Amino acid sequence: MRPLISVEGLAKRFPPRQGGDAAVAVFEDVWFAVGEGEFVCLIGHSGCGKTTILNVLAGLEEASAGVVLVDDAEISGPSLDRAVIFQHHALLPWLSVERNIAFAVRSRWPSASRDETQQRIQRAIGLVKLTGAEKKRPAELSGGMKQRVGIARALAIEPRMLLMDEPFSALDALTRGNLQDEVARLCAETNQTTFMITHDVDEAMLLADRILLMTNGPRARIAEIVVNTVPRPRRRHDLHRHPAYYPLRNHVIDFLIERSQQARDAPAGDPRHPPVVRPGDAPPIPQTMEVIR
Amino acid sequence: MGSLPVRAALLSVMFLAVFVAAWHLATLPTTVGAPMDPEYAKLMGATATQGKSAMPTPRDVGVAIVSHLVDPFFDRGPNTKGIGIQLGYSIARVLLGFSLAVIIGVPLGFVIGMSPLMHRALDPFIQVLKPISPLAWMPLALYSIKDSALSSIFVIFICAVWPLMINTAFGVASVRREWLNVARTLEVGVWRRSLAVILPAAAPTILTGMRISVGIAWLVIVAAEMLVGGTGIGYFVWNEWNNLSLSNVITAILFIGAIGMALDQGLAWCGRLVSYAE
Repeated sequence: MRPLISVEGLAKRFPPRQGGDAAVAVFEDVWFAVGEGEFVCLIGHSGCGKTTILNVLAGLEEASAGVVLVDDAEISGPSLDRAVIFQHHALLPWLSVERNIAFAVRSRWPSASRDETQQRIQRAIGLVKLTGAEKKRPAELSGGMKQRVGIARALAIEPRMLLMDEPFSALDALTRGNLQDEVARLCAETNQTTFMITHDVDEAMLLADRILLMTNGPRARIAEIVVNTVPRPRRRHDLHRHPAYYPLRNHVIDFLIERSQQARDAPAGDPRHPPVVRPGDAPPIPQTMEVIR
Repeated sequence: MGSLPVRAALLSVMFLAVFVAAWHLATLPTTVGAPMDPEYAKLMGATATQGKSAMPTPRDVGVAIVSHLVDPFFDRGPNTKGIGIQLGYSIARVLLGFSLAVIIGVPLGFVIGMSPLMHRALDPFIQVLKPISPLAWMPLALYSIKDSALSSIFVIFICAVWPLMINTAFGVASVRREWLNVARTLEVGVWRRSLAVILPAAAPTILTGMRISVGIAWLVIVAAEMLVGGTGIGYFVWNEWNNLSLSNVITAILFIGAIGMALDQGLAWCGRLVSYAE
């Protein structure tokens, strides 16, 4: 798989506080890639710089070292190719749902006709099932609906890559579950390349192809890359019935609870190629057995 | 018992009645002293001959108000103009000076709010210029502009510009970071970002600045016109003081209050148009 975006040697350091001597690195030597059409989740505890990594990918923040390549070209600043779904929706409160999306559509296609713009807006609203709420202001919507508008706004510009910063963390459990299903469906339908930050293991298992496990900060790095061994299509209500579910889940949770601290201090291997693990991957069934069945 | 607004209105009317009654009692005629020679009495006012109070009674003021309302726009020479004309001059000056302040203060405030460098560089000037009484500029304005009407407009401008600039800068500087980030990820240019994101986000704060400005401008115009003379409600008040017509002075005071309230409410209404709930 050709990487659409690749992160090479990324680090973020902050100037030392008074009394300190060296600059404090939040994360260091972070390498990973996201392939075209792939869904990658990054999991880690607070303080490991997850949001900073996403902001660097979005072009909103600058890294202290390292580069981000899109199609082998280094990025400089934000781009319409990389749409961001913000943690707190970030809708413009003085605009209606429709006009919030129009703001994005007109940024992407400034010279499109009124009809074409309107069609794109309607399609995006339909995609997140908000038809009928076009004229409402964000303040009149529930938290889940606001986040749907945020998703519609990001998808409306047909980005090459979607960046999501814990998009469901501010929602109640029921709404979160429904939205996760929607995002799973949307990403599968559109084959959307997506990078998402989360601290919800089930969310990552439902959505991701690969899960990047990050050690604790400071000096956080990527400790492991976990391949999601539960095959698609995955559905929230029967995900746990798959034999790979518990091995995978236990592996990630064990990491978060026990190993995220040690892994940071353990001697690092090659930071460019963190170990790839496939928990719960059954050994291939011998051909002969297949025949007998 | 009725709703709160109804009860409040009833209470307001009651307070007014009590005030007018006290005013009436305080201005009742007093007993006249020793009888005068009729020739001498002709030279004296009603206060000396009939014991009428020197302060106008509620009735006197009522009559004055009605006479002004019946014919507000007469013009019988430079010193005898209807109160409507005088108020018109004052409102025109305030609106001109205020508009000038908006045209200059809002863009400048925008720049100050967007650029921390400009903020720091201009802050000392603003801090020194802001507390100066606008009337202190009057001699300078009269000398350099050489036109009293324009000078009063300048004075209105100078008093209205500071709250506008400061509020605009504050509103622009405190636009939520995530809204700016939305604009950045959508590669929105600086003009579109200013007009479509920052301006609407800061609009409620800017409107608050406008309300403060127009309030100060309306306070200052009366004093400015007393100094400059010629026309305007401030001049009218001073002229009626020289005529010793306190009923006209009180009438003018009431009109000044009413117009000031209307200006403020007008801008409050505009403020509601641009306000938004988060």
